[in-house]
Amino acid sequence: MTDNQSPYLKSREDWEETTLKKHLERRPERKEKFVTTSSTPIERLYTPKDTNAEEYLENINLPGQYPFTRGVHATGYRGKLWTMRMFAGFGTAEETNQRFQYLLEQGQTGLSVAFDMPTLYGYDTDAPQALGEFGKCGVAISSLKDMEILLDGLPLDQVTTSMTINSPAAIIWAMYIAVADNRGIPRNKLGGTIQNDILKEYIAQKEFIFPPKPSMRLVTDTVEFGTNELPLWNTISISGYHIREAGSTAAQELAFTLVDGIEYVKWAIERGLDVDDFAPRLSFFFNAHNDFFEEVAKYRAARRVWARVMKEKFGAKNPRSLLLRFHSQTAGVSLTAQQPENNVARVAIQALAAVMGGTQSLHTNSMDEALALPSELAVRVALRTQQIIAHESGVANTIDPLGGSYFVEELTDRMEAQTWDYFQKIEDLGGVLPAIEAGFFQQEIADSAYVYQREIDDRERTIVGINDFVNDEPVQIPILDMDPQGYETQCARIEEVKAARDNETVARCLANLRAAAEGTDNTMPFILDAVKAYATLQEVMDVFRDVFGEYHEPAII
Amino acid sequence: MTQFEQKIRVLIAKPGLDGHDRGAKVVARALRDAGMEVIYTGIRQTPEMIIESSLQEDVDVVGLSILSGAHMALLPIITQQLRENDMEDVLVLAGGIIPDEDVAALQEAGVKGIFTPGASTQEIIDFIQTSMAQKEAL
Repeated sequence: MTDNQSPYLKSREDWEETTLKKHLERRPERKEKFVTTSSTPIERLYTPKDTNAEEYLENINLPGQYPFTRGVHATGYRGKLWTMRMFAGFGTAEETNQRFQYLLEQGQTGLSVAFDMPTLYGYDTDAPQALGEFGKCGVAISSLKDMEILLDGLPLDQVTTSMTINSPAAIIWAMYIAVADNRGIPRNKLGGTIQNDILKEYIAQKEFIFPPKPSMRLVTDTVEFGTNELPLWNTISISGYHIREAGSTAAQELAFTLVDGIEYVKWAIERGLDVDDFAPRLSFFFNAHNDFFEEVAKYRAARRVWARVMKEKFGAKNPRSLLLRFHSQTAGVSLTAQQPENNVARVAIQALAAVMGGTQSLHTNSMDEALALPSELAVRVALRTQQIIAHESGVANTIDPLGGSYFVEELTDRMEAQTWDYFQKIEDLGGVLPAIEAGFFQQEIADSAYVYQREIDDRERTIVGINDFVNDEPVQIPILDMDPQGYETQCARIEEVKAARDNETVARCLANLRAAAEGTDNTMPFILDAVKAYATLQEVMDVFRDVFGEYHEPAII
Repeated sequence: MTQFEQKIRVLIAKPGLDGHDRGAKVVARALRDAGMEVIYTGIRQTPEMIIESSLQEDVDVVGLSILSGAHMALLPIITQQLRENDMEDVLVLAGGIIPDEDVAALQEAGVKGIFTPGASTQEIIDFIQTSMAQKEAL
């Protein structure tokens, strides 16, 4: 490489002195500096000297080979397309069940459940804390009864189901398993994912309940239980999505997500599990934001860093332990309430980035989500966007088509370097939990969010329809109608459940669960017993609230 | 120093359960940079907690950020309780995912300014400064 670098450098210098200089004199560039969505500077041009392609096998290699920069599968999407998995949930279990039936009829290939705020915080719908929140951001699941209705008629042995639930993940998962148990479906046939990523809750999404340590113990309980009982289930979906939505840069999203992943691995190993038994069931979840190349580079760097960490730090031997498989979702935060139809274009570009980055599954946002819950029409357009990318654009016909782009390889390298830097910083703070308690992640994210907003307000960054190309026509989009009686229906159902169940069994199960929580036994079997006896979500969570206490974060701006 | 030159005191609070605090924090910082005194409560504030902080901090402005969809249930309770606690003079603003259909009812309930995605921090600053200046002129 060194030998042919000199002629190259010479010609580059010549080009700058002659062709470029002349051109710049005649027509200066649009801006003094160009930056990515993450405010990272971008050069005019990338060339072979910007990449580490001379170490091709070590850094890039072939798809399905270490360090998996070009993808985890040897055939890319030529073998199997990504799973089109639209996140859905609102109102009652009946309403969400109908939406799932609709999505399966429309050709969707996996289910993804959104839960409402009370469920996410471990409250039943009739709790005073739940006032006004029922069914707004997802479906309300207060007991096994609701889960039975939610999954009615859905072939649990054929579809995989992703559930976006964190603090109460173990309980909601137990309800899902209970439905399958009652239908006679073997646990080893159940496939799906629980998000169950509590660390990013402290860092970004803030749906934590308990202090970090007991929360990590519950997560580790599910990892252990899944490893032994549900070999096809992804027990944690280690998520950068919410970190990005909270305002981080792409590099922060990547680094904080992977450092969280490392923390889960450490805890599971301390529990006595063999890394190669559980690591293959860890999955990831990233954002797909506006800056096309930066996003592609992020996914490629993610695979490379994770493979290196698993191999070098944890000594994983099972090739599957090294694979970073991920779900992605287009950036909710990028959607505008103004001229909402423009969001269709944004979502398409973001989705394309996720596909070019080799995502395993994808949710595309609906155009109306900055205004309200998505309507059926808007959801269909979003799903069709994925189908057009898959079947019409041609991008799925070859593997990692951007691999070898000087620009993308340079960005990938840069993203990786920034990630290692953050790993070091976090280690210097004593690790992930001390860094959370010190507000490190929260401050980094708040700083980036503020820089981004300032750029928009100062018009250094153009957002179409917001600070340029503005159009004041009133917005006309259909708004989803929810069952106005949903709240009453749901509260009545909780009462019915409590009246019909055997309350002595419930009390005994909850007492056993409390003993397990106070001790060191894995809590999952006790949670399963409790939910099968129709203990409500809140009754189970209250046992943990009582034993573990509740966490309050320092308010940082 | 005349009364007008005193710093405007703002409470930024997040009622309801959602943890989406990006907007609240960005607005809090922008108001602070614009010379206001800003108190940020953090997330998961009940109406009672918000009233308590408003009284204790003796604020001129209360900014409520909510993205969960529970605004129609919670915001009127907060404005009602502010009135009951002799804080009807406090300027109440809301930000978040608030559909157009809900705006009139919220204004009726005493939420004076409503800022949805896409609003610039400057708009919010201007709104507060204009409202406070009008109040001074009365």
